[in-house]
Amino acid sequence: MPRLGDRVLKVRSKNAGPFWVTIDVFCGSAEVFEQVRHELRTEAVAALFQQPTQLVKRFDIADLNVIKFSFPRPVVQGARTDRDMHGAQWAILLAELDVRR
Amino acid sequence: MPTRVLVPTGALGITFDRVALARGVAAKPHIIAVDGGSTDSGPFSLGSGTSKYSRAATKSEWRDLMVARAHAGVSLVIGTSGTCGTDATVDWMFEITRELAAELGQHLKVARLYCSQPPTHIAKALADGRITPLSPAPEISAKALGAMSNIVALAGAEQVQAALATGADIVIAGRTTDTAIISALPLARGEHAGAAWHGAKIGECGALCTTNPTGGVILLEFDRQGFTVEPLVEDACCTPHSVSAHMLYENSDPFILYEPGGYLDVTEARYEPLDARRVRVTGSRWVPSRYTVKLEGATLAGYQTSILAVLRDPHYVTHAQQWVDELHAYLVCQIAQRMGLHADAYSLEFRLIGMNSALGAMESRRGDPVEVGLLGLITAQTAETAEEIGKLVNPYVLHYPLTKDEELPTFAFPYSPAQSERGPVYEFALNHVMELNHPMQAFRLDVSEVGHA
Repeated sequence: MPRLGDRVLKVRSKNAGPFWVTIDVFCGSAEVFEQVRHELRTEAVAALFQQPTQLVKRFDIADLNVIKFSFPRPVVQGARTDRDMHGAQWAILLAELDVRR
Repeated sequence: MPTRVLVPTGALGITFDRVALARGVAAKPHIIAVDGGSTDSGPFSLGSGTSKYSRAATKSEWRDLMVARAHAGVSLVIGTSGTCGTDATVDWMFEITRELAAELGQHLKVARLYCSQPPTHIAKALADGRITPLSPAPEISAKALGAMSNIVALAGAEQVQAALATGADIVIAGRTTDTAIISALPLARGEHAGAAWHGAKIGECGALCTTNPTGGVILLEFDRQGFTVEPLVEDACCTPHSVSAHMLYENSDPFILYEPGGYLDVTEARYEPLDARRVRVTGSRWVPSRYTVKLEGATLAGYQTSILAVLRDPHYVTHAQQWVDELHAYLVCQIAQRMGLHADAYSLEFRLIGMNSALGAMESRRGDPVEVGLLGLITAQTAETAEEIGKLVNPYVLHYPLTKDEELPTFAFPYSPAQSERGPVYEFALNHVMELNHPMQAFRLDVSEVGHA
């Protein structure tokens, strides 16, 4: 299966303050960036994190060959039911997403 | 005249390269600025008003910075002292400073910038329509505000400038924006406003904007058109990519950054290499707007007891989810029967480590683990209730059987007792901004002399 993480340089995630999480896909080259930006649909990312698509902000940054997604944390950082204080493991879900060429 | 800001590290308490710091002092900075805090680790620091880093680590690093400051003959400023920047952690940092001044034989003028907010003041601002929720924001009321254990307002450049204007050798600031301690002096000296904020954002995590993030120390030089960033660790470089990519870090929008009194827009910024190590940035824009400061608050969410057990028996590992669901339902009945506690009076949550404990319902993979850890989290209104529930559930967590007719299993407890008291737990309760008539309206300055005369 062509997993996103196998095709790009790095996928990382982190809180952007206690109420948001942000995920950066470092594509590594203009070629991979052009491919991935077309194949990676915002709807698929929203579904992966079980969020409504309209809440997901997306930035395709050609200068950096980066695709960035930000959305409100469904559980506020550190709230009783939060499972990942820094939101850094969320990236793994996206890295493991099957992205067909 | 350019303004040079020496940034020793992204956070006081996580160490930095001493040789690089000396190189920074030799570069004749106009100020040394270091961040002392973050919400990264969660609400406990703000909730309790304590530092997350050890006093010993903080003191040893602050000692080196105080010595460096004396050599450089400039001001040293720390923002968000003691992780959360409450009045209590400002005073904690002041006490460390006073001890060090005596030990180092330094005589110093120290300005303290206090950022804690009495709930009644915030409630008044709310009633006056001066509080605006950001998205997403918890619901607030005068009652909710009164229940918060700590509220801070994030100071911007103006409040740090007011502290520097006292002529202080050292400024110990409460909660500031990460960038304000760096942008304050360049702005006061009339450097390019967009560059001052943009450079501050690039530099706020120290060497994270370089190719060697562990070294810590960087130098930012601001002027009338832009800024230049340079790492001071020997083998580190700044590249246009390493610098511009830092705008992504912990930022929901990589082009816009809101600060008190306006926002930074880097959409048109240009990043150019000056040489193999340094990057020059121009084209950043500062857009002034009404003067608001962001608020942070934490509320006590209860007291917690945790319990940990490990399942190694393959029969239980295979059926762990079914087992824990049945265990949970059984315990809710037991707690109701024996303690008279209804399920909405406490929270009992089990997470299966080895299956989905990090991602919960979002987890998409199913593995074949050798063992499964059971983490139980009990949250109640008092520590006594949480502990009592912990003791009540303990034998069932140890022995609960999947079927009625089997011999009682005994799982692995890693220590005795298997339950641990976690004390008070907090939650973030504010994501709002407050409008001010003038920047010092919600802040206080206190100036004193410490050390040997």
